[in-house]
Amino acid sequence: MASEQDKLLEEVTNREYQYGFHSDIEMDVLPKGLNEEVIREISRRKQEPEFLLEFRLEAYRNWLKMESPDWAHLKIPEIDFQDMIYYAAPKKKPQLNSMDEVDPELRATFDKLGIPLDEQKVLAGVAVDAIIDSVSVKTTFRETLAEKGIIFCSFSEAAREYPDLVKKYLGSVVPPGDNFFAALNSAVFSDGSFVFIPKGVRCPMELSSYFRINTMNTGQFERTLIVAEDDSYVSYLEGCTAPMRDENQLHAAVVEIVTLDRAEVKYSTVQNWYPGNKEGKGGIYNFVTKRGICKGDYSKISWTQVETGSAITWKYPSCVLMGNNTVGEFYSVALTNNYQQADTGTKMIHLGKNTRSLIVSKGISAGKSQNSYRGLVKVSKKADNARNFSQCDSLLLGDKCGAHTFPYLEINNPSAKVEHEATTSKIGEDQIFYCNQRGIDTEDAVGLIVNGYVKEVINQLPMEFAVEAQKLLQISLEGSVG
Amino acid sequence: MLKIRNLHAKIEGKEILRGIDLDVKAGEIHAIMGPNGSGKSTLASVLAGNEAFEVVEGSVEFNGKDLLDLSPEDRAREGFFLSFQYPVEIPGVSMTNFMRTALNEQKKYRGEAPLSASDFLKLMRDRKQLVDIDSDLTNRSVNEGFSGGEKKKNEIFQMAMLDPKLAILDETDSGLDIDALRIVANGVNKLRRPDNATILITHYQRLLDHIVPDFVHVLYKGKIVKSAGKELAYELEKNGYDWIKKEME
Repeated sequence: MASEQDKLLEEVTNREYQYGFHSDIEMDVLPKGLNEEVIREISRRKQEPEFLLEFRLEAYRNWLKMESPDWAHLKIPEIDFQDMIYYAAPKKKPQLNSMDEVDPELRATFDKLGIPLDEQKVLAGVAVDAIIDSVSVKTTFRETLAEKGIIFCSFSEAAREYPDLVKKYLGSVVPPGDNFFAALNSAVFSDGSFVFIPKGVRCPMELSSYFRINTMNTGQFERTLIVAEDDSYVSYLEGCTAPMRDENQLHAAVVEIVTLDRAEVKYSTVQNWYPGNKEGKGGIYNFVTKRGICKGDYSKISWTQVETGSAITWKYPSCVLMGNNTVGEFYSVALTNNYQQADTGTKMIHLGKNTRSLIVSKGISAGKSQNSYRGLVKVSKKADNARNFSQCDSLLLGDKCGAHTFPYLEINNPSAKVEHEATTSKIGEDQIFYCNQRGIDTEDAVGLIVNGYVKEVINQLPMEFAVEAQKLLQISLEGSVG
Repeated sequence: MLKIRNLHAKIEGKEILRGIDLDVKAGEIHAIMGPNGSGKSTLASVLAGNEAFEVVEGSVEFNGKDLLDLSPEDRAREGFFLSFQYPVEIPGVSMTNFMRTALNEQKKYRGEAPLSASDFLKLMRDRKQLVDIDSDLTNRSVNEGFSGGEKKKNEIFQMAMLDPKLAILDETDSGLDIDALRIVANGVNKLRRPDNATILITHYQRLLDHIVPDFVHVLYKGKIVKSAGKELAYELEKNGYDWIKKEME
């Protein structure tokens, strides 16, 4: 099945190449390479306000002085940043007339994942009613959200329509010179999402399936900004369980979250970028900076991620617990197979009094992959009564993969209580045999055992995605045992 | 139902089973007894298809099929059940989910429709009552944090759920207090039917006070050296295994 999926992905890719970028190249694409002129041109084409151009240029100047980080437990091939295209208008996908024209194997994967038919159509590029559907769905969503004063739109639109809000919060969590990849993103980001939840409003729906359809083509440098005012709440889901292929190898996204007094933001990610083939060729590099700041007292940010894709993952969704009595949570499942590499974890920075953080990380390594957890818990001098509990578990399938844990603790306040638990285990042959003896075959047994292992994290996902994520884990591991 | 002929098996080069012959017919209960290291648990593992053991000679026929030719899961799906001596913990996997997956896989193999959620839960309730097991057990993860006795009771519950044609209970009585022993024995007795069969592997005669076998076999150094009716168990209890060892040498 793993090879079937590879084949399927190959086919999907080939199709995209076949039909993409064949018209009006000068119109849609800037030449390769990065310099100030390219950045000015990006900003001009996107009709951005002046402050955004300044933001981009400042980031670019910072970036020039920085070097690609080398501290992670990753082998990253050299990337030639002058050999990339930094602006391309969304490419056209081949339009199909009905689901019957979609590759049966792709459909089979969608069915396995349990993706609703309408979404399948959009993902597979089927035209006609799917587009009408999604437009009408969007309209309904928009009306409901607008009634509550919620803003949910593309980042470009936000920059034009709500420049004051964007100006106030953009870069306030991840400044333009934060790190190499964040600086690069700040200089050249393509598009992304903007969410604003006004005072006292609970967003009545998961900002999810809408999002999945909405931002299919945001490109390789995605920028997301979520602001939750006092007493507001939103649950946001990024990503998609369907296999995603992109001609851009490097993806460097930035997500910023700001919560004011008593606000709560729950951010869930399911990431399934193309991981490369079985020999480790190809695959996406996913170098992401995600950070939230609990600015207001009693506010809360919760990150949940299920990472199964990408050739290389470099990602540390973090919480800055600035307000008093704030809470940060990080729930993670990172699965690596074949030659995938992941270095992922979190940072919990305790600044306010009575702040609490919880870290639950579940790594699964199979094949010849390398999977690292890297986490920082920092308690500053003034952060009285800070609490942290971290649990980092690693599960190994086979004996050619690696699991590593790098916990960092910086405690500068004697009242802090910090606990760290770590376990490493292997799926036992005795567990698999036990399942076999009850009539469950080995692949199903591995799926069952793995899903039991990650249950604590999966339970944090919105219901429908929890189901998809479970299936995704099972599919990602097919062929890795036995 | 089960025909074992001249079965030889080894682990890590060491021959443990050295020519087992055994016939089990529908409706029968057989007890296999014997001193430590005689190969009782190996026999159970080999029949279940544990790959740690290598069959070097012999044949096993199960309901007309070559058992040794089937994968462990297909043996289970054909109606072969092993109650493990040391049941394995599977953290995070609920008993409900585990049993539902197992049962539906078996049904699929037999070309039957899977049970609906409500029918399945009804069956769970019914089987729990039948084998007299706390409902608490089935709300937990598979064997996780179970006491030794709870694990054994859970094996009998799974047997009741899957309704096998042939069940082998590998020292299910060891480590049980008298109440747990009674629950296990009652479960086995209630599940007994003219169309199924049970093999009890045990060290002690006390289980056989509660489950009355039709045949008792003594396994010694990888061979069945004595077979008789239930009276053999009493003799073994009284005189130990030494007289058999002497008889053999």
